Amino acid sequence: MAEEFVLEMRGIRKEFPGIVANDDVSFELARGEVHALLGENGAGKSTLMNILYGLYKADGGEIRLGGRPVTFASAKDAIEAGIGMVHQHFMLIPVMTVAENIVLGNEPVRDGVLLDESGAEERVRDLSQRFGLAVDPTALVSQITVGQQQRVEILKALYRGADILILDEPTAVLTPQEAIELFEIIRSLQADGKSIIFISHKLNEVLEIADRITVLRRGKTIETVPREGATQESLARAMVGREVLLRVEKPPAQPGATLLEVRDLLVVDDRGIEKVSAVSFDVRAGEIVGIAGVDGNGQSELIDAITGLRRAAAGTIKVAGRECVHATPREMLDAGVGHIPEDRQRRGLVLEFSIAENIALHDYADPPDAKWGWLFPSRLVERARMLIRQFDVRGGGPLTRAGGLSGGNQQKVIVAREISRDPKVLIAAQPTRGLDVGAIEYLHRRLVEERDEGRAILLISLELEEILSLSDRILVLYEGRIVGEHEGEASEEEIGFEMLGGKREAA
Amino acid sequence: MSAQAPNVPPESPEQAAETGTLAARIWLRQRSGGVLVPVFTVVIAFLIGGAVVAASGHNPFTAYHDILDGAGLNWFAHPTTDTVNTAAYNLTQTLLATTTLILTGLAVAFAFRCGMFNIGGQGQYFVGLFVANWIGTSWVSMAAGPHVVLGIAAAALAGAVWAGIAGFLKATVGAHEVISTIMLNWIAYWAGSYFIGDGGPLQNSANASLPVSNDVVPGAQLPVFWGDQVLQGVHIGFFIALAALVVFWLVLNRTTLGYEVRAVGFNPEAAAYGGINVKKNLIRAMAISGAFAGLAGGLDMLGYLYRISVSDIPVSQVGFLGIAVALLGRNTAVGVGLAAFLFGALLFGTTHGLQSGSIDPQLASNLTYIIQGLIVLFVGADVLILYVWNSRRRLRRRAQVVA
Repeated sequence: MAEEFVLEMRGIRKEFPGIVANDDVSFELARGEVHALLGENGAGKSTLMNILYGLYKADGGEIRLGGRPVTFASAKDAIEAGIGMVHQHFMLIPVMTVAENIVLGNEPVRDGVLLDESGAEERVRDLSQRFGLAVDPTALVSQITVGQQQRVEILKALYRGADILILDEPTAVLTPQEAIELFEIIRSLQADGKSIIFISHKLNEVLEIADRITVLRRGKTIETVPREGATQESLARAMVGREVLLRVEKPPAQPGATLLEVRDLLVVDDRGIEKVSAVSFDVRAGEIVGIAGVDGNGQSELIDAITGLRRAAAGTIKVAGRECVHATPREMLDAGVGHIPEDRQRRGLVLEFSIAENIALHDYADPPDAKWGWLFPSRLVERARMLIRQFDVRGGGPLTRAGGLSGGNQQKVIVAREISRDPKVLIAAQPTRGLDVGAIEYLHRRLVEERDEGRAILLISLELEEILSLSDRILVLYEGRIVGEHEGEASEEEIGFEMLGGKREAA
Repeated sequence: MSAQAPNVPPESPEQAAETGTLAARIWLRQRSGGVLVPVFTVVIAFLIGGAVVAASGHNPFTAYHDILDGAGLNWFAHPTTDTVNTAAYNLTQTLLATTTLILTGLAVAFAFRCGMFNIGGQGQYFVGLFVANWIGTSWVSMAAGPHVVLGIAAAALAGAVWAGIAGFLKATVGAHEVISTIMLNWIAYWAGSYFIGDGGPLQNSANASLPVSNDVVPGAQLPVFWGDQVLQGVHIGFFIALAALVVFWLVLNRTTLGYEVRAVGFNPEAAAYGGINVKKNLIRAMAISGAFAGLAGGLDMLGYLYRISVSDIPVSQVGFLGIAVALLGRNTAVGVGLAAFLFGALLFGTTHGLQSGSIDPQLASNLTYIIQGLIVLFVGADVLILYVWNSRRRLRRRAQVVA
């Protein structure tokens, strides 16, 4: 089969101090193909793409574009050669319009110097129609949704004449609906002859969109397989290097006493808008209660109220029978509420602190960490060393900066901290967001174990699949209200329907 | 300091930029630069300063040599206890300036470690001066020991209250500390002019025509351990400043208070999640910060100034120099100590060492400020220096690959 490769990368090697990020990696991209690059965090996907995009210089190997060897000294070279990249973090200027952002660096001009505003808008409109990327060229970037911002990034690459498009974990920031729309866009780009590299660690997505899949593990190419014949299990095995349990195995719950009791809770956000309205529910010892819902339906405010980070406007919260009125975060911690926060880097960790200091984040002022205000760093380190072993945190010791760990290991540090405090109630907010298969498996298993230890676990997740596989009971949150409650086998369709507000009247 | 494990890939710059406060980002950047960058910064600042001297038609080498001698650094080559000896005298003056700058530097550094920029060191220093003068000129019959301790404590407390106002405003209504501390500087400035000026409460009681305060009574003066008290000897406040460096380090690294300060400084949201009261910490960190500057004022007043005149107020710059000291010293105890000594030497060396022959007299007193300004500029340009450094390394590696 004489396939035409628009891109060949052969024997790519890249070393960082102390680590080989890419070791003899090869990757081929056919014209009009969607080729997924699959691997755990730290497997070397981003390094490989940064080399292709001219951001890193490879230590060895060669890159051929359309059969000709090329070297890129910078992203500018790569862009000129027809490569476009949409990063995970968008690089847009919020105060400028969509059209201005897209033409930035290559603006159409009139009278020699002036920006041809309408010309720019015209060209952006043409492009967006051709590829089905609906976005208003005159809107300000700060006023459009994340999904639309991503389209702007794609349009920017297309405007610069990209034939090869690198999408770095494009669905990580999208809602499920936006992800579906993105896939349609990818298909229309493909139909137009564009070649797409789709970086991901989500197995279901890769199987849905990719023609071929290359799996990287620890900087090495493991295999390149066509979509046909690949399964989630086979890909997970290639990614992790061992059999992975994708389904959570859990015995039936043995619920005990009610440990968390929420009644008629009302929470308003900073702008005074009511985000949680008259929410009541219980979580009992030894059960996992999942809260399903589309992002922005009051989940964050609900968590903040239960953890004391935000004052509830009305209603009561009882932890193990004790009423907590306008409690501070410290009081909720002391009452026995553990919290795995949804944003581990912004809230869960002080990235500049060492692992040991992060583990002490709740208890730094109590013995044995401290006495009469005097801190004993050696005791912090000692405890951290023990928990690092117990929770299998990899990538550093007690004095390693938390920001230097991979996402999965950062999450393990948080989990170690929260669970080691022996909380009665554990709130797990999006506990597996951005984590790879191995880490997700670990976390799910751990949550079930903690449930069986007799903790009351409240799981909040945007991934319905996660809610379905872990929860003993499911509550559906829509516009700040609980619109559905399910016990035992719940149907995905029904919950999905409620998540979009479908059964509001009946509830 | 760099406890990063070798098997961890470097984090992406976006990640560093995404999270944390301004202080966190600068801290991170500074750590990545190590001690090389501040040294490099100073060298470049001196080179440019030398170029300015050369442009004015004088020999920069002679000028710098004179500054070194003027700062008394030649004393180390010929140590002697004889303070009439010029080198020794000059060194005592450098140490006096160092004492003040250590404390005003710590005032900036401590707030910085809590994520705040305390521009108000000058105002906090002023209130320390005024309060120490008031205590030192009142209660004439008080015993010497308690009088000194009371004067110093009151000055530090006054500085703490002054800065605490800015902390309180930030914690309660969100007023930015840069704005409020600048405002408080001016309030202290004009309040001082009123106190000492015609008919003011601190004005000279013997001669009502002089806009000068009374002298601190001998019982409230700090003992001088090196040099002649009449000629401004080095007082024991120098050791208090050195002790303050140790306290600064201990508080930050060995107390729960310091843990809270650093947590809030790096990531207030994570600190709040951890159960730390962020608002309380903002107020407290500002107050501690102001206590350092107030202490500087107290030690200066009771140590060698003894009085202050209205015309002294606009001249004083030590609070602002503290910003440069803290920035150059990386907001660490050792760094602040060294940077304070550098600026102390410059301050006295340029004003007293330069003969009119070796430098334009107009330039002489301003050379310190030129160098100070350049250092602040370069500290801000750290990124640039690091970038140039890294790209040089990149180029070299590329050359190796090609070859």
